[in-house]
Amino acid sequence: MLSAIVVLPLLGAIVAGLFGRMIGHRPAEIITTGLLVLSAVLSCAAFGKIALGGEPVTLTVFTWITSGTFDVTWSLRFDTLTAVMLVVVTGVSSLVHVYSIGYMHEDPHRARFFSYLSLFTFAMLMLVTADNFLQMFFGWEGVGLASYLLIGFWFKKPEANTAAMKAFIVNRVGDFGFALGIFAIFVVFGTLSFDEVFSATPAMVGTTIDLGGFKVDTLTAICLLLFMGAMGKSAQFLLHTWLPDAMEGPTPVSALIHAATMVTAGVFLVCRASPMFEHAPDALMVVTIIGGVTAFFAATIGMFQNDIKRVIAYSTCSQLGYMFFAAGLSAYQAAMFHLFTHAFFKALLFLGAGSVIHAMHHEQDMRKMGGLAKHIPVTWALMLVGTLALTGFGIPHVIGTAGFYSKDAIIETAYAAGPGLGWFAFIMAISAAFMTSFYSWRVMFMTFHGKHRMDEETLSHVHESPTVMMIPLYILGIGALVAGIAFYQYFIGEAEHAFWAGSIFVAEGHNALEARHHVPEWVIMAPLTVTVMGFLVAYYFYIRRPELPAQMAAREGMGYTFIYNKWYFDEIYDFLFVRPTQALGRFLWKRGDQGVIDRFGPDGIAARVMDVTRRAMRLQSGYIYHYAFVMLIGVAGLVTWLMFAGGAQ
Amino acid sequence: MTFPFDLSASLGIVKPELVLAMGSMVLLVTGAFFGGARQSAISRGTVALMIVVAALVLTGSKEPAVAFGGSFVVNGFTVFAKVLILAASAVAILMSDRYMERTRAARFEFPVLVALATLGMMMMVSANDLIALYVGLELQSLSLYVLASFSRDSLRSTEAGLKYFVLGALASCLLLYGMSLVYGFSGTLSFDALKGVAATGASNIGFLVGLVFMLAGFAFKVSAVPFHMWTPDVYEGAPTPVTAFFAAAPKVAAIALLTRVLFDAFGAASDSWRQVITFISMASMLLGAFAAIGQTNIKRLMAYSSIANMGFALVGLAAGSEQGVEGLLIYLVIYLAMTAGIFACILAMRRREGHVEDIDDLAGLAKAQPVYAFALTALLFSYAGIPPLAGFFGKFYVFSAAVEQGMWVLAVVGVLASVVGAFYYVRIVMLMINGEPRQSFVRPMDVELRVIAFAATAFTLFFVLMPAPLLDAASAAAAALVN
Repeated sequence: MLSAIVVLPLLGAIVAGLFGRMIGHRPAEIITTGLLVLSAVLSCAAFGKIALGGEPVTLTVFTWITSGTFDVTWSLRFDTLTAVMLVVVTGVSSLVHVYSIGYMHEDPHRARFFSYLSLFTFAMLMLVTADNFLQMFFGWEGVGLASYLLIGFWFKKPEANTAAMKAFIVNRVGDFGFALGIFAIFVVFGTLSFDEVFSATPAMVGTTIDLGGFKVDTLTAICLLLFMGAMGKSAQFLLHTWLPDAMEGPTPVSALIHAATMVTAGVFLVCRASPMFEHAPDALMVVTIIGGVTAFFAATIGMFQNDIKRVIAYSTCSQLGYMFFAAGLSAYQAAMFHLFTHAFFKALLFLGAGSVIHAMHHEQDMRKMGGLAKHIPVTWALMLVGTLALTGFGIPHVIGTAGFYSKDAIIETAYAAGPGLGWFAFIMAISAAFMTSFYSWRVMFMTFHGKHRMDEETLSHVHESPTVMMIPLYILGIGALVAGIAFYQYFIGEAEHAFWAGSIFVAEGHNALEARHHVPEWVIMAPLTVTVMGFLVAYYFYIRRPELPAQMAAREGMGYTFIYNKWYFDEIYDFLFVRPTQALGRFLWKRGDQGVIDRFGPDGIAARVMDVTRRAMRLQSGYIYHYAFVMLIGVAGLVTWLMFAGGAQ
Repeated sequence: MTFPFDLSASLGIVKPELVLAMGSMVLLVTGAFFGGARQSAISRGTVALMIVVAALVLTGSKEPAVAFGGSFVVNGFTVFAKVLILAASAVAILMSDRYMERTRAARFEFPVLVALATLGMMMMVSANDLIALYVGLELQSLSLYVLASFSRDSLRSTEAGLKYFVLGALASCLLLYGMSLVYGFSGTLSFDALKGVAATGASNIGFLVGLVFMLAGFAFKVSAVPFHMWTPDVYEGAPTPVTAFFAAAPKVAAIALLTRVLFDAFGAASDSWRQVITFISMASMLLGAFAAIGQTNIKRLMAYSSIANMGFALVGLAAGSEQGVEGLLIYLVIYLAMTAGIFACILAMRRREGHVEDIDDLAGLAKAQPVYAFALTALLFSYAGIPPLAGFFGKFYVFSAAVEQGMWVLAVVGVLASVVGAFYYVRIVMLMINGEPRQSFVRPMDVELRVIAFAATAFTLFFVLMPAPLLDAASAAAAALVN
């Protein structure tokens, strides 16, 4: 049963991918979607049995590679951490499949699309069920490949192609670190199996390895390399640039990749490797700082974006920052909890935005929307739920949305972690919470309220999405409301120890999560306060004085320009990496490849062969005396050779 | 009259050769007596004769035996070589009949000449002194000269025969001169005695010069570079069945003779002759590969292909080891099978108005005659040495023998040459698949050709599944020679 969870999506991908043309689009859709729904149902059952019932299992499928001391089996590990991810991945993925039936119904290549979706899900499941680092890397790369295919699904659009390549290449930077980390683990531990590595970790504390002449702490080095991979996949500060561009893909793809699957892989990796990170305090510090900075900086950019999906994308980036600094403060449970709830409301927001885009005939610019609440009230209500959950709205000590439970827990943990790193994260988180509220409400106001800014033609066609697209939204909406309160207990409440059952390791003394129960009252109230402030500011700018933002934009203040241009990261990277690389590439291509290798290699050799051939043919003149001459010269040459060089005396 | 040896025992040992000689005479007289007898009747008789002779060879003693006071020897190696030669000759005769009839060149002398040439080859292979060697070689050569110019009315054929004859005479001169030098410096003609002399006088300059001259004579028969010049012209000019014969049996005989002379008579001078063989092997592989690229006539192409293939076979000889000889024999068997198959295909290149020989005539064959094209493709790929076809294994065994002896350079040159060679083989395949179809060849193929092409293709395809019989036989033959 458990293996079926992983295999079913692959089966669907194969059927739709290889036989899609044969069986037609509709059967391909139904098969992939059906298999994924089945997989999701099984995942829920597995979650009940493994996480709630406390029965972790490891299934060995077969031996993969045995070479010398290198021994890797192909096995599926099902513990609580995996079970949580299974529910998130298959749940969101199956909803996205259902949604896509409606969203993509005009696309001529639907079978291929569904095949990619299922393939992506399979790779992600491979990643989360891995029992060793190599298998995880397999899933990791599979996710990278599938995301490339999905983002570039509309391959006729040059932007989509560029975005797909960008996602792939930026991820490659992270993957490079991850791969190095895996190599280092094998060198140091002699194995890649999680259990063996983690049980050997305490013995490695304080040891050093030689890295380019420097002695560095073994665990810190390994953890930082692994984290580099996590940064790439989870679009953290410095390696985040691919994520907003990835919005070029179809909207269901954005929901799948950016809400539940690919981007959470990094968080999952850090949590999975918690036994190693816990023994590497320096690495944890880096995780916290990067997470905090990402949470803050992505939120700033989100405030001034005009593309509805990009705003949500930066919001994802920012929320992932929350998860990382929670993990960096040893509150892995809180990180996983936020990952879990975030999957619901972020998928809801993306799919809701997709519904808006669908209604607007693929218009994504919010400046051309406005006042849609009256025309698509159900979508509006669901987006409202998503927004409330994202901003973490809730009344402390009473009740709240999903985001309220997970996000506030993280913010409190940050404060409880104490002066220094903890408070740094706390400040970042509180500022980000304010901005999150602002940009989320900005989206709501610009899209659904105020005056119509689209033309009459478009307005007349605005319509609610079909049922097949709305059902996933309802389910996610319910999740966004109750996932927090329902699972708080298990993830970070009283039942926490029984729930995680050792799948997450927290070292002695790393008790920030526990200490959050003792933070001052003002810390508990702070998130709600800034959220309301953010709402009010957004209300003022976009409902009361809607002309103000445009004036501010027109003034082009330094701060505004800086943030609007996304901190100039793309420009800096373009200057630092892309252009030199292109120049180098062009040089190697024109001068190196065409000029040297082709000229002296394939082309050159072929030409020389023809030269030799021509000469050999000219030898064959047809005259007997030429032939006799060659024979005699041959004899003379051979005799001479033997006389002088061949050892004759 | 008394003989310095036991005559009846000697006659027993040479029984297969005696039967072949007498049989040839009988066939000749029969043909002459029934003046207008069709070639095919005599051909069938000849093939039957060869089968009988092959049976005699196989059933005869495998134990080393010497006849006529040491000038004739039989052992496992000679048996292996003779069976190959007889098979190749028989196949060549089978393929020739209808061609000869269609080109109005059918004469009963043709199979008889092939039989006499075969007799000469068998004597060459078994020769154990220089005189016997020369007699066998000349018997073979004279028959071949006539065969080359067999289409008397064809200008090209007579030119080919004349060229072959003149250059062959030159090669014979070189050989005789070398033999006289060897005799002058060693005082003996017998291989057994030469072996002892070579051991002591291996570095005597006169002796070695004699050896080189003899090698030149043999290399001419093998058509190894730089003594190959006659090959393309003769292959192109001679009637196609004759070319098919030239490419098979005489090559095997010449290589077997060369191997025997070098191991039995000059084994002790192997340091010297291995250098020479290495050179002509490399030169043959390279020139064969390069020159073949420029050819447009498929028979000319096969000429260069056989030059290159002899180069590959000589790699095994250059290794100078038992393993090398084993590889050489395996190579020869596979080469014979592929050659028989490919010439069967070439002989089937016939349109209503006559036989064609241009490579371009094969264009688009894959669509018009897929089975034919498939067989030809398999054979060409096998020639190119693409695994898992038989040709790959032939090359594999000779190269690994060379590497075993530390002859890396030779092996690397061989591999490079086979890469270049692959180019022209694969080009034909490309042409068959992509080319614009021409008027198709006359169908059905003659039954003999069909059977031979089918058998050869099956052999190249499935050799990989059952290589053991050939490997065992070759290794036994090699052991018989070296020990």
